Amino acid sequence: MPHSMNRGTPLLRATQLSIQIGGQQILEDINLALHCEEIVTLIGPNGSGKSTLVKTLIGAIKPTAGSVAMDAKRRIGYVPQRLHLDPTLPMTVSRFMNLPRRHQRVDVQQALANAGVEALGNAAMSQLSGGQFQRVLLARALISKPDILILDEATQGLDHRGVADFYKKIEEVRQTYRCAVLMVSHDLHVVMRTADHVLCLNGRICCEGKPERVASSPDYQALFGDQTAQTLAVYQHREAAHAG
Amino acid sequence: MLDDFMWRAALAGVFVGLAAAPLGCFVVWRRMAYFGDATAHAAILGVAMALMFNLSIFAGVLIVSLTMAACVTMLSGRGYAMDTLLGVMAHSALAVGLVAVSFISGIRVDLNAYLFGDILAVGKNDLWVIGGGTLLVLGLLFWRWSALLTATLSDELAHASGIQPRREQLALTLSLAVVVAVALKVVGALLIAALLIIPAATARPFCRTPEIMALVAAAIATLSVTSGLRAAYFFDTPTGPTIVSLAAGLFLLSTIITQGWQYLRQR
Repeated sequence: MPHSMNRGTPLLRATQLSIQIGGQQILEDINLALHCEEIVTLIGPNGSGKSTLVKTLIGAIKPTAGSVAMDAKRRIGYVPQRLHLDPTLPMTVSRFMNLPRRHQRVDVQQALANAGVEALGNAAMSQLSGGQFQRVLLARALISKPDILILDEATQGLDHRGVADFYKKIEEVRQTYRCAVLMVSHDLHVVMRTADHVLCLNGRICCEGKPERVASSPDYQALFGDQTAQTLAVYQHREAAHAG
Repeated sequence: MLDDFMWRAALAGVFVGLAAAPLGCFVVWRRMAYFGDATAHAAILGVAMALMFNLSIFAGVLIVSLTMAACVTMLSGRGYAMDTLLGVMAHSALAVGLVAVSFISGIRVDLNAYLFGDILAVGKNDLWVIGGGTLLVLGLLFWRWSALLTATLSDELAHASGIQPRREQLALTLSLAVVVAVALKVVGALLIAALLIIPAATARPFCRTPEIMALVAAAIATLSVTSGLRAAYFFDTPTGPTIVSLAAGLFLLSTIITQGWQYLRQR
């Protein structure tokens, strides 16, 4: 695997993160590193602290203990879980792309094209379908040419086909922009197919490693139960196809 | 020109409309209507304080409104049911203010002027204060515009772009207190929130971007103020309520036009 070989200094490193909110321990002793062009996926049941971890990495939550280290020159592109746009706020796609900083027209067009929504520049945000909306969020995250792309369950509310297309796009984008990707996901078998490194979270990191290792670990099977057998089957099927 | 009270009134009204309209857009987008009400109603308490301690009305109102806005902002992060809390604060501020004014003896206080405005009594000094306040608010909004918009869309999106949503909220809080202080003389404490919200709500259906909405709202506010002033003079009605009635009429017109158009398009 080319990605595991090009290690070196990580782009982003979290060390012994611990987060309490309102006296409640949400996350404990989290260590993670994100390297160049690597796709790291966070999985875990609801309430396991996935979104909290992502918010801490982008600086929206201050950790109670531990630290997040990132080279100041590195840029983060962030795709939120969903964005509630108040109906009283008029917003076109191209205006949204230029928030908070203005960009060249060609750059906006390029980012939209790379996210697969080049025709939507003049559309109103409120008229987009769920899939188009997520693509526009992705395009906005791409416009600053990020070194790290962070996605927080960006496929929520999309249908099966939409989810598969979206992840295919992420793979393409990773190659075009040569950026590292950190994403939270519920779609277990997509995760198993695209990730280089999987972190299984439940208040702390209960197992991590290459997808096949995580999928066969007892901790993971305890958390995801019956879904795992199926996921593992899909994964092994693919492996077999590759070998043959 | 400034010696004519009608010109002074018109200028004061246009200034206040220009400051209130873009700020009002944020009040609408962020669902802060009650927040505006609480801050505006606190102005009456500010009047009482100013009379008690012999401050200028402007300073008294600014201090109390700022305190009120800051209190609400701080409490808002602490898990109270926000609309209940703001309802309590908005009406308590008004009630306590009215009681406080009634305690001040010796000075005849024209309460109506503070509740409903007294735009025809705007003096040259008032005009300077109102103009200065307007410039301050417009400058602050212009400076923070993109950051404010991003923070309005989503806290996380703002953080990821290096913007601190709490700091942007502070800019809005400050602007709101200044607008309340300068608008008190023009439309009065009870109707300031109307001047914030109605032009923005009227503009919404005709706009595709936030900037256009702010501009259209400013134009609608200016139109309401100037025509309201003329109408009040002509019909001899109270000025503040006349201005707001005209704004409400424009809102109704905008709603009928857009709803009618949608109805026709669907047929």
